Amino acid sequence: MPTTTKTDASLKQLAKSMRLEIIRMIEAAGSGHPGGSLSVIDILIVLYWKFLKHDPKNPNWAQRDRFILSKGHACPALYAVMAHRGYFPKEDLLGLRKLSSPLQGHPDRLRLPGVEFSTGSLGQGLSVGLGMAAAAKLDKKTWKTVVVLGDGELQEGQCWEAFMAAPKFMLDNLIAIVDYNGGQIDGQVKDVMDIDPLVDKLKAFNWDVQRVDGHNMDAVEKALDKAWAAKNSRPQVIVADTIKGKGVSFMEHNIAWHGNAPKKEDADKACLEIQNDR
Amino acid sequence: MTAKATRESFGETLLEAAENNPDIVVLDADLSKSTMTQPFLKKFPQRHFEMGIAEQNMVGMAAGLALSGKVPVLTSFACFLIGRVETIRVSAAYNQTNIKLVGTHAGIGIGEDGTSQMGLEDVAAMRALPHMTILQPADHIETQQAVRWMLAHQGPVYLRLTRQKMPDVHGPGYQWRHGKIDVLFEPSKKPAKVQATIIASGGPVPYALEAAKLLESKGFAVRVANASTLLPFDADGVARMAADSQRIVAVEDHNIHGGLGSAVCEAIAERGLAVPVVRMGLSSFGESASAEQLYERYGLSAPSIAEACLKNIA
Repeated sequence: MPTTTKTDASLKQLAKSMRLEIIRMIEAAGSGHPGGSLSVIDILIVLYWKFLKHDPKNPNWAQRDRFILSKGHACPALYAVMAHRGYFPKEDLLGLRKLSSPLQGHPDRLRLPGVEFSTGSLGQGLSVGLGMAAAAKLDKKTWKTVVVLGDGELQEGQCWEAFMAAPKFMLDNLIAIVDYNGGQIDGQVKDVMDIDPLVDKLKAFNWDVQRVDGHNMDAVEKALDKAWAAKNSRPQVIVADTIKGKGVSFMEHNIAWHGNAPKKEDADKACLEIQNDR
Repeated sequence: MTAKATRESFGETLLEAAENNPDIVVLDADLSKSTMTQPFLKKFPQRHFEMGIAEQNMVGMAAGLALSGKVPVLTSFACFLIGRVETIRVSAAYNQTNIKLVGTHAGIGIGEDGTSQMGLEDVAAMRALPHMTILQPADHIETQQAVRWMLAHQGPVYLRLTRQKMPDVHGPGYQWRHGKIDVLFEPSKKPAKVQATIIASGGPVPYALEAAKLLESKGFAVRVANASTLLPFDADGVARMAADSQRIVAVEDHNIHGGLGSAVCEAIAERGLAVPVVRMGLSSFGESASAEQLYERYGLSAPSIAEACLKNIA
């Protein structure tokens, strides 16, 4: 049965349990990317509980909305969401990055049904989203394509080729979301290679741009409502201001936790903080 | 004997196939006049995507179209496609998307435009990609059949085509077989072991035939075979021919490292066959001149190929 659960089912509560799972699965894996997973999780929950039509029992359902996590390194967040939506048992989350696990270090569509596109090589997801949105237009289908990008990812030239192309093909059924957490491996995005003024750039590329607090689920929902309703031939992008490592004080804004797995002591500390909902 | 560039044969066959298959879409990067997709875009403008000079996005967009049920055919010069090999690696090969990469103006055969426009390393790079298929037909009838096969096949395919006109080397009843090397010429008097078997692919194929006929007139027995599928490679076919050959001469308009010549060496070495292999092709970049002049300069002309069949091997 295709699902869009319209209940509010305490999405905040869900976010809390998924943050715990993100920490525990990366701890168990011994490697992974907590910072960007914690920054994007609230956005993914809003998408998977309020917007995306999909069917975990039939992942290839033809009428589903398409979702691409272009910043593939944040897949622990995607896996937590997919487990909660019933794509696979939650126990499997602890298999992350282990031999023969469908939960690869970066998402693999052929190993994990429900993943639309295998990502991890940054810069490719938006182009693929363009192709999906263009196919929907050709076939006069109403399903949407949503692509979540990282901010550092926007340093890849291919992203801008895609930003340039989408308005030409009048893809108002394409929604990009930038997880603007400000950090990347070598430091602050603004120091490594500044992408600002991002909103102006995207506007100049003829996209409809909204900017929201990416941890305010109501604000994210409102922005997505607007983007979802677009019928003006213009592609839609939401720049979501987020905090890298959101929810764990010692990880927040701390580049050291971009691609570093917590050891048990840190993981316990992080989980205690999340549970106490500081 | 007619002569047609394989890019022309591709453009015609694509148009024909598109009439019967509404899922076929075409993407171009500002070279549709050269890659011969203009007839398609005139007939089916709704199914054509002009992507501008932005090949990475073209590859990714094709992947998205393929994952939504389309059969995207994307074209550019071979050199510009292979320049995006990491995008092809992930968006085409790793994701196993049903996209058809068509690289035209292969090798030094492009001629006057010079080195920066010459796809000379494309086969080597594509050959290392899992799930990839590489086709290089030699004439019109073979291109027609290879294109039809490509469009029906599920999975990424790289089709390598010439700028220059290619004379017919197959008869009208020719049946192309995917994954098989076909013999174009057997010497009229066959000794226990032929002097050489020339295995050629793409642009140099007609010169290989000319070389064999030249040698036949001088009393040498030389066989010519055409390798139109470079991946998967017909290693068994090579081994069979190696069994009754004094040497194998592999000829390609491509760098000798990683292309046809390398595939031939692998096939022979892995079977422990004691047959020497001469690899003909480039180990350098090219330069500007006519295709014929360049084939002469870089050792792909009929006399050069004939010489390679006879000269002492150190």
